[in-house]
Amino acid sequence: MSALLEVTDLHAGYGPADVLHGVGFAVANGGITTVLGANGAGKTTLLRAVCGLIRRRGNVQFDGQSIATRTTERIVRMGLAHVPDGRGTFTLLSTEENLRVGAITRRDSRGVAADMQKMFTYFPRLQERRGQQAGTLSGGEQQMLAIARALMLRPKLLVLDEPSFGLAPMVVQDIFRIMRTVNQEEKVSILLVEQNARLALELADTAYLLETGRVVQGGPSEQLRDDETVRRAYLGY
Amino acid sequence: MDAFLHQVLSGLATGGIYAALALALVMIYQSTHHINFAQGEMAMFSTYIAWSFIDAGFPYWVAFVLTVLASLLIGIVIERVVIRPVEHAPVLSVVIVFIALLVILNSTAGWIFSYTIKTFPSPFDWRGLQNSYLSPHEIGSIGVTLMVLLVLYGFFRFTSLGLAMRAAAQNPVSSRLVGIRVGWMLALGWGLAAAIGAIAGMMIAPVIYLDPNMMSGVMLYAFAAALLGGIDNPFGAVLGGFIVGVVENIAGAYIVGTELKLSVALVLIVGVLLFRPSGLFGRRYVVRV
Ligand SMILES: Nc1ncnc2c1ncn2[C@@H]1O[C@H](COP(=O)(O)OP(=O)(O)O)[C@@H](O)[C@H]1O
Ligand SMILES: [Mg+2]
Repeated sequence: MSALLEVTDLHAGYGPADVLHGVGFAVANGGITTVLGANGAGKTTLLRAVCGLIRRRGNVQFDGQSIATRTTERIVRMGLAHVPDGRGTFTLLSTEENLRVGAITRRDSRGVAADMQKMFTYFPRLQERRGQQAGTLSGGEQQMLAIARALMLRPKLLVLDEPSFGLAPMVVQDIFRIMRTVNQEEKVSILLVEQNARLALELADTAYLLETGRVVQGGPSEQLRDDETVRRAYLGY
Repeated sequence: MDAFLHQVLSGLATGGIYAALALALVMIYQSTHHINFAQGEMAMFSTYIAWSFIDAGFPYWVAFVLTVLASLLIGIVIERVVIRPVEHAPVLSVVIVFIALLVILNSTAGWIFSYTIKTFPSPFDWRGLQNSYLSPHEIGSIGVTLMVLLVLYGFFRFTSLGLAMRAAAQNPVSSRLVGIRVGWMLALGWGLAAAIGAIAGMMIAPVIYLDPNMMSGVMLYAFAAALLGGIDNPFGAVLGGFIVGVVENIAGAYIVGTELKLSVALVLIVGVLLFRPSGLFGRRYVVRV
């Protein structure tokens, strides 16, 4: 399998100081990669750097092209959808309008309508909340909405920043089930950042461990799952 | 009773103009969180453009359309050239830029067109509609403002571009993450605000005449309207415009007299800021996290 996203020697940060110091990782075409790490390790920063929201330097190859100097808008239009930290809900828009916004760069209105129906079968709760102002949705519903909004782009790569954060276990199960479905049936590759290491390692084929802006371990998920230090630090047994 | 009804109806006519200008203020406020103090001067300048077209012999409605298009373009250029560079500057710097823009537009208009007062034609001179309640221009002006409001509503509610503009105003980062070119949306918002201002200017100019300072009083009412309705709520601002128009007329006719009418706007502004800073219809929505 060739890589859909390949990052090497990535440096990025906010002010003058770097938060990431030469990070490298890859997402296989059709694969699921997870990046694990403690709070403040730089996971969110990594995702922001990949899609050009912050200052960065290094090599980022997406779908055969270098995107290290491209604007976020162009990267998104190439088929990279990002579910941001904090969900990024358009709180004053309705649920349905949030989904329409997700597909705003698409020109195939029939396909968009069909995809909206598909989102409602993935997330029946969203259909019930269709006309409701999105800011009034519960945390779990807003997370579903954020994922659905990203999928409305029909992306090649779905990037998720801690989708399980603050959610009830039942909802988390649901969301992970949908990610698996989307990956298997729609052939959408996934880059997942998670605190919930156990679930993430179950879902992903490849995993990386980020510590203070550096990748300290990487490889097939089973390998990290069985690793003594990973187990103690992130899995808790 | 007839006289009272007349005051109310003609208040709605000017109220429509305040509503349009208040809406322009709200549009820019929603996307930038700044009050565009130059909104009135932009409208005044546009009205001079219309006057120039008419003076050059263009039919009224051709001049009208050309002016709206030119204003749209000027609004976009102002955003990209003047406002964009201070996007992340402190509030005070931005206010100074707005004031500078106001002064520059005002003196440029005075320099090009002179400070002498000019008459501006009304396209509505149907004799058939003569009645004691409203002049033909007032009827036409209400019609035009309602049309503007309707078109804007349709644009923001039903078109993809309108949706993108609303999204960009609300959440710029999320908007970029769905591929919206946020910068252009902001510029387009300025263009629309300028176009709305142009229409308001052309509708009020036959009543208050054309001169570089024509909008100062009108804008005071528009600010009052926007504050009254809630500076972040377009529907509130429109309603505020009509309310202010009617209150202004009634107060002018029965309470304070025409000379002191403008103080009504000040009383409204101070009153709203004191007792209900978010306005009558300011947003108070629930956000769960
Ligand atoms: N907007 C920001 N401005 C400045 N520094 C930031 C910002 N966001 C995060 N950081 C810093 O970058 C580092 C990594 O943060 P982050 O990427 O959010 O970590 P994680 O997502 O792994 O919890 C932290 O030290 C944090 O303080
Ligand atoms: Mg984070």
